[in-house]
Parts: sequence; C-alpha cells; structure tokens
Amino acid sequence: MGHYIPATKEEQQELLAAIGVKDISELFTAVPEEVLLKEPLNLPAGKSELEVRRMMEEISSQNKVFGTVLRGASAYQHYIPSIVKYITAKEEFVTAYTPYQAELSQGILQSIFEYQTMICELTGMDASNASIYDGASAAAEAVAMCRERKRTVALVSATTHPDVLATIQTYCYGVGAEVRIVPEKDGVTDAEALRAALAEDVCCFYVQQPNFYGNIEDCTALGEIAHSGGAKYIMGCNPIALAVLKTPAACGADIAVGEGQPLGMPLAYGGPYLGFMAATNAMTRKLPGRIVGETKDADGNRAFVLTLQAREQHIRREKASSNVCSNQALCALTAAVYLSTMGPEGVKQAAVQSMSKAHYFAEQLAAIPGVTVKNQGNWFHEFVTTLPVDTEKVLAALAENDILGGLPVQDGILWCVTELVSKEKLDQAAAIIREVCA
Amino acid sequence: MQLIFEKSKAGRGCTLLPACDVPEVQLPEELKREQALNLPELAETDISRHYTALAKRAYGVNDGFYPLGSCTMKYNPRIDEEIAALTGFTGVHPLQPAETTEGCQKVLALAEQYLCEATGMDAITFQPAAGAHGEFTGLLLIKAYHEARGEQHRNKIIIPDAAHGTNPASAVMAGFSVVTIPSGADGCVDLEALKASVDENTAGLMLTNPNTVGIFDSNILEITDIIHQAGGLNYYDGANFNAIMGVVRPGDMGFDVVHLNLHKTFATPHGGGGPGSGPVACKEILKPYLPGCASLTGEQPKLQMKAFHGNFLVVVKALTYMLTLGAEGIRNACETAVLNANYMMEGLKDLYPVAYGERCMHEFVLCLENLKKETGVSALDVAKSLIDHEIHPPTMYFPLIVHEALMFEPTETEAKETLDEAIAVMRELHKMAYEDAEQMHHAPHHAQIKRPDEVLAARQPILRYQAD
Repeated sequence: MGHYIPATKEEQQELLAAIGVKDISELFTAVPEEVLLKEPLNLPAGKSELEVRRMMEEISSQNKVFGTVLRGASAYQHYIPSIVKYITAKEEFVTAYTPYQAELSQGILQSIFEYQTMICELTGMDASNASIYDGASAAAEAVAMCRERKRTVALVSATTHPDVLATIQTYCYGVGAEVRIVPEKDGVTDAEALRAALAEDVCCFYVQQPNFYGNIEDCTALGEIAHSGGAKYIMGCNPIALAVLKTPAACGADIAVGEGQPLGMPLAYGGPYLGFMAATNAMTRKLPGRIVGETKDADGNRAFVLTLQAREQHIRREKASSNVCSNQALCALTAAVYLSTMGPEGVKQAAVQSMSKAHYFAEQLAAIPGVTVKNQGNWFHEFVTTLPVDTEKVLAALAENDILGGLPVQDGILWCVTELVSKEKLDQAAAIIREVCA
Repeated sequence: MQLIFEKSKAGRGCTLLPACDVPEVQLPEELKREQALNLPELAETDISRHYTALAKRAYGVNDGFYPLGSCTMKYNPRIDEEIAALTGFTGVHPLQPAETTEGCQKVLALAEQYLCEATGMDAITFQPAAGAHGEFTGLLLIKAYHEARGEQHRNKIIIPDAAHGTNPASAVMAGFSVVTIPSGADGCVDLEALKASVDENTAGLMLTNPNTVGIFDSNILEITDIIHQAGGLNYYDGANFNAIMGVVRPGDMGFDVVHLNLHKTFATPHGGGGPGSGPVACKEILKPYLPGCASLTGEQPKLQMKAFHGNFLVVVKALTYMLTLGAEGIRNACETAVLNANYMMEGLKDLYPVAYGERCMHEFVLCLENLKKETGVSALDVAKSLIDHEIHPPTMYFPLIVHEALMFEPTETEAKETLDEAIAVMRELHKMAYEDAEQMHHAPHHAQIKRPDEVLAARQPILRYQAD
C-alpha cells in the first residue's frame, strides 16, 4: 500500500479475519461517536518521494546559506571532518532506541561510555552523563542539582548568554526558586558583587567561560568566592576552548556543562545540539539523565549498562531528580567521533586557530577609524566592537558579499571567528567594513 | 571489544586543518590548560573500523523487529534523513536575519499546520527537545495560565498510576504536587476516584489516551469535563498518538494542551536515545504563554525551554514524513498500527493472558504472572530469550500496575510475516518455559554478552575509562 506500510489489501483482510472483525473501524469502537472524525484531516493528499524531495529542496533553497560566517553566540561553525557524517549516519546508530537491553546494545553503550570519558577529559571532571538537550537546558538542570531545602537561590552572572539565563529562569520558575543576577564590570563578572550576593539561601553560582562577550573570566577566583559563601560552583564552557583553557575541575567547579554543538554538529538553525554535563564524584548521583557504567557479564567479560538508574523518572517517578528521558545520544556520538578524529592536537589547533584568527580580525577592525574593540582583558574567539555607523549598514554590506557578519548586540556587534575563515576572507571583510565606515 | 582509548597510539592522527595563516596568539600561562588532553590518537582507518565494529554491536529498527511498547519503533524513512542533511537547512545559523531564513520558517509553519490540524489545537511551539521536555513545557503553560487568572493556589496535577514515569517527574519540576489516582478494574480512569480527587486546588490532569495498557478510555469526554468543571486544564501525553492520529483528535476530546513525540509518531529516528523533538500544541487560551527565545527577540521571555528554535532538523524529518503520508496516509498509519497490534495480541492471548480488555489500540500488555508461578520463568527471562531469536524485547515491567508485564507495540511498518514469526517465537518460548526453564533464566545465549551484573555497575560505578 506504500507509505512505509508493507501490508497489501489482501493481507489486511487476512489480519482482519484473524481477529474476527470485518472492518478496521470496528477496532475504534471505544472512541465516542461524537468525536470520531467523520472527514479526513484537512491536510493535503500524500505525495510520492520524488514530489516531496522537490518540494523540500525548494523550501531549503529559500534559505540563505552564507559562504563565510562571522557570527557565533553559542552556535559555532567549525570544520566537520568527513568521517563524522559517515559514521553518525550508520543506520544501526541512527535507528536504535535508548540501550535498555544491554545484551544487544553493547555498541551504543560503549560509544556513550567513550563519550563520557572524553567529556571527563575535556572538563577534568570525574563523571559525565550521556547528554542533555543543549547547553542552556544543561545549565538549568545543573542549577537543579545544587538546590537544597534551605539553599534555593541561584546566582547567575550577567555575562551569561541570554538564552541560558532565560532557560535557567524558566526551570527555576517551575519550582518557585529565585534567580539573582550578578552584575558585570568591564565585560566580566564583578567579583566583588558576587561576594556581596552570596547568602545563606544561595545554592549555586553559574558563570559562562568564555562569557557571552568572548571574554575569559577569572574562573578560579570566582569559584573560590562562590565556595567561600557555601554555594556550589557551575561553569558553562565552550568545549573547543577547553582544549587550551584551564579546565573547570582546575577552577574548582562542582559541575561543568556546556553547548557541545562545536564538536562536529552543523549550525542547523539551532538544533539538534548537545548539552554536555559533568560533575565531581560528590555530585555524580545527582546527575540527571542516562549514565553508562562498566560492569561484567555472567561470564566475567567486560560489559556496559545504563546505571545509577535509581535517580531516574521511570523508577522514582515524582521523586526523580529530573524528568529527562530522551536525550541527544546521536549528537553525543557525533561529538565522540569528532574528538577521536581531531585528536588532542586537532582540537587544540581548532582552538588556537579560532582564537588567533579572531584576534587578527579584531586588529584589522581596530585599525579602522571610529571602530573600537570593547574587550579589554583576555578573550577567546568572540569580541565586541562599536562602530561609527549604523550596524545594519555594515551587516548589509557584508551580506552582499556572502558574509554573515557578527550579531548585533546592545552597543555594537558581537563577532566570532573560527578556524574555517581564511586570512584572505578576514581581510576582505575588514576592507568592506572600512569602506562602509569611511 | 577494546575501547577507542585502548587503540590509541601516540603520534597517530588525521590531517584535517591547514597551517594557521595568521600570527598565533597564546593564552597567558595562568589561564592555560595544565592537564594533558587524553583524547584518542588514531588514523582514519582505525576510527572507521572502530565505529563500524560498534555499529555491528548495536540493534536498530533496520536490524529487525523492535516491538518496544510505548516507544513506537516504526521504520525511519531514508528520504527524511536526506532532506534534513540538505545544506540549505544544516548551514543556517539560528540567529541569521529573518529575511534569510524563509525556508526554515516555512518548515515550521507547515509542520505547525499539519500538527495543529492532527491534534485539533490552535498554536504550537517546537522548542521542546523531547517528550519529557514537552510535558514540562505544557505544565508550565498550565501554571502560567492559572497564575494569570489569579489562581496560583491551583497546585495539584492529577495523574493515573499507570502513567509514564515522566508525567509525575515533569509535574514536580513545574512545581505541582502530584495526586495519583488508581486505575479501575478495566485499566482505565476510575471516574469515581477522579471525581473524588478534584477540588479548588486542581490545576489539571495528565492523561495518555489510549493509556499505557493500550486501551482507549471510552469515558474520555466525562473525564475531561470533570477537570474543566473543577477549573482545571487537561494535558494530553502524546506518547501514544500513533494510535489515534487521523481518527480522533485530543482537541476534540477536551484536551487543552498536548505534546507530541516526533521521534515516535512521526517516524524520526531515536538515534540510540535521541535527539527527539517534543513540540507542544495548545488551545488559544494557552497561546499567550508559549515559550520564546531571548537571543532571537532581544527580550526576556516569560518561558524559554532551551536555546533557539528547538531540534529543527528533527522537525524537518517529521515534516517530510507528514508531507509524504498526507491526510489519508496519516490515518492509514494509525489504523494499520492498531490492526497489527490486535493481530499479534490475538495470536498470543490464549497462552499469555492480556492484562486488560478484549481489543487493544496500538499496543498491548501481557501479564506473565501465572507463567512465572508455574514455571519460574519471568517476563525478563522471556524478553531476554527473544534476543536469541533476533527480536528486540518488548518493554518490560511497565506499566507498574501489571505484574510481570510485557508491552508489545508492533507499529504499522511491520509486515504480516514479521508478526507471524514473532508470534511463533513467543509461543515456542511459552513451551520452553515448561520444558527448560533453566535455559531461559540464563538467556540470551548467542548475544554480544551474557546478562550483565547491574548491581555491580551501580555499587561500584565505573563511569569512564582510566588509563593505567
């Protein structure tokens, strides 16, 4: 009959006869007559594969895909090695369910175990879960891990990505917990304001590294301050930057989370991405979501299973630490294949080149009269400029040349450069901006 | 099999990036990473073979029958994957100017049209990334609605005891207390218990219909009316939507908000656990509270579930599927799923008692309590024995109201011969339970591993590889 249904009309009749009904409608007699649909849904008729392909290709062509991307803000275009796409397209990985049945899911379980190990390596933390929806929801789940009976307030730095802040606020709104913003000073978290904000009702402090403006926060100092007030310390990290930056573990973080999209996932209009999440041993049993552990099978051979499930919704129901069920497993696999392919040197190269090119581009822009680079201290691969002309004018001129410029922010433009952009392109972009600013 | 770390050789690697063409910038020492970065060092051949070996030790819908109840493991069309891989979709930055993303917006608008029509709802958000995320979203809509009406005292969500575990967990995350009501003798909502549980603090009801024992609750209109009369709202858990799509709509049954699992009903793959997509559709009254996105609008939304537009590429896949099926195809998929489930149940019910009812919807639950009493063979033993016959086990020990439960959901994309074979295997296992129970206690015998020691895994957790 097509449309992915193998049964022929004759077979359908055989099935109906076997269960003793004449018509399929007899299987729906439990549905009250007054709500049973009498007409087909008001939707177009089905289409052939070729028709659908043409239609969807046409729709996709209505998007503009820029040849050069100088925009980041938590969605970063890095190089994706060819093999990443091939491996993650393997049907056995793509069409499997959550590996509840360990005996026929060792490949999936082992890939998650390897992913967990890589996240522990990147962050320096003791244990990782199998993933959360994205960086923002991972941050919100991390806050929930820290909440205690008398400590319910979450402190969040003002230098945090607005979507992460809004998501944390939403999760806190759910349980009626308060979020307080720790103000910024010169583009980084105001450490003294953090000290002042700590109180007996504060459960945690969240800071993003590098922060929304690209600046590198003094995360060691912030962690010490947070801990001195009895708060847990959560860092939201860019995983590429972690190849060169001091790890969250070394900064004293209790929980490290982040947006894993830079690890081999395309921009894809915002998803699916990957929320990674790792914690110290002391907080491991509070981690939400799936966790894979190593054990032995009945013959004493190495085996992998979903473990510590007593935390989870299907066992604990209303007492569960989180409701997470489906996660982003295929994206976690993508990250693992990406990290394996790039290797330690490759990831470091991606980090160093992104940072170097961003600094080169910032220098070119700073040389344009009237353009100011706002970042003062150390920063990674994003920076903010103020411009002497209308932001939209600059972005429009770049767009005409197939370049997606930086993101308009309150007082200028937030630029991002990755290893994908050549010096030649950066020079071209700088020349265009110079012309617009002249 | 060795871990990828155990295959690593210092000095191996792949040539991926050109040399840096600008002066290199280094971080100051105090900010630098001190810890070595122990990622695998491998040639591309090593990586390819490693993951191919892992893929051979995985089991997907493409490998064989996967009647995992409640999970709707239907076939995942290949065209959906190809369309979602088009550069016109994958290459779009989420924060591009709106005039450069018309195609993406069209995808969301078309998906909205199809899903609102299929559910009988007025508006939708695609932000939730999974079913549980959708539940949380929908419950926050209910919370915001009551608050806006000055009824913040409505803090109770009623949930049947047979519900998915995510339901009560989501309700707690949304700040509600959970009122659990027992199922009636027919496995459905006990109307008297429901009436007794509503009061002025009732915020709403969470219900899946058909329920988790695979039965459509005929009293659905009375049920939703009882909640509405009490001033509450009705939440439809769309996990079982495959059983009703094109036949009856949640919006017509008195539901105010519904989440859908695009990765179940709308054929997008599960990817070994995700990514899914859990859009939430609602009636006009809840539309003002739908989540927004701070980075897109520059304004702080009342609710935001994650960054950006949700798992967009998953929506692309689901839309491709819906366009292919169309109005008739959607109904046909539902009817065939129900037919296949009833056929399989018919072939088993003389040996394995069905937990509830004479007919089922898209799935059915067998109760193996008697078998266990008589032979010692448990639901787990039967499930594990299926692995030796290259069939993925059904959902085990759920719902909790049925002892020794096995829940089968064959879906519409399985052929009669597949169902016949699975029926034959289950009948054979029944026989074996009386003849050689011992062998079944140790099943599977021909799988990748023997039964793993789960207690050891939880007592002495090894959650990462450590080099010696």
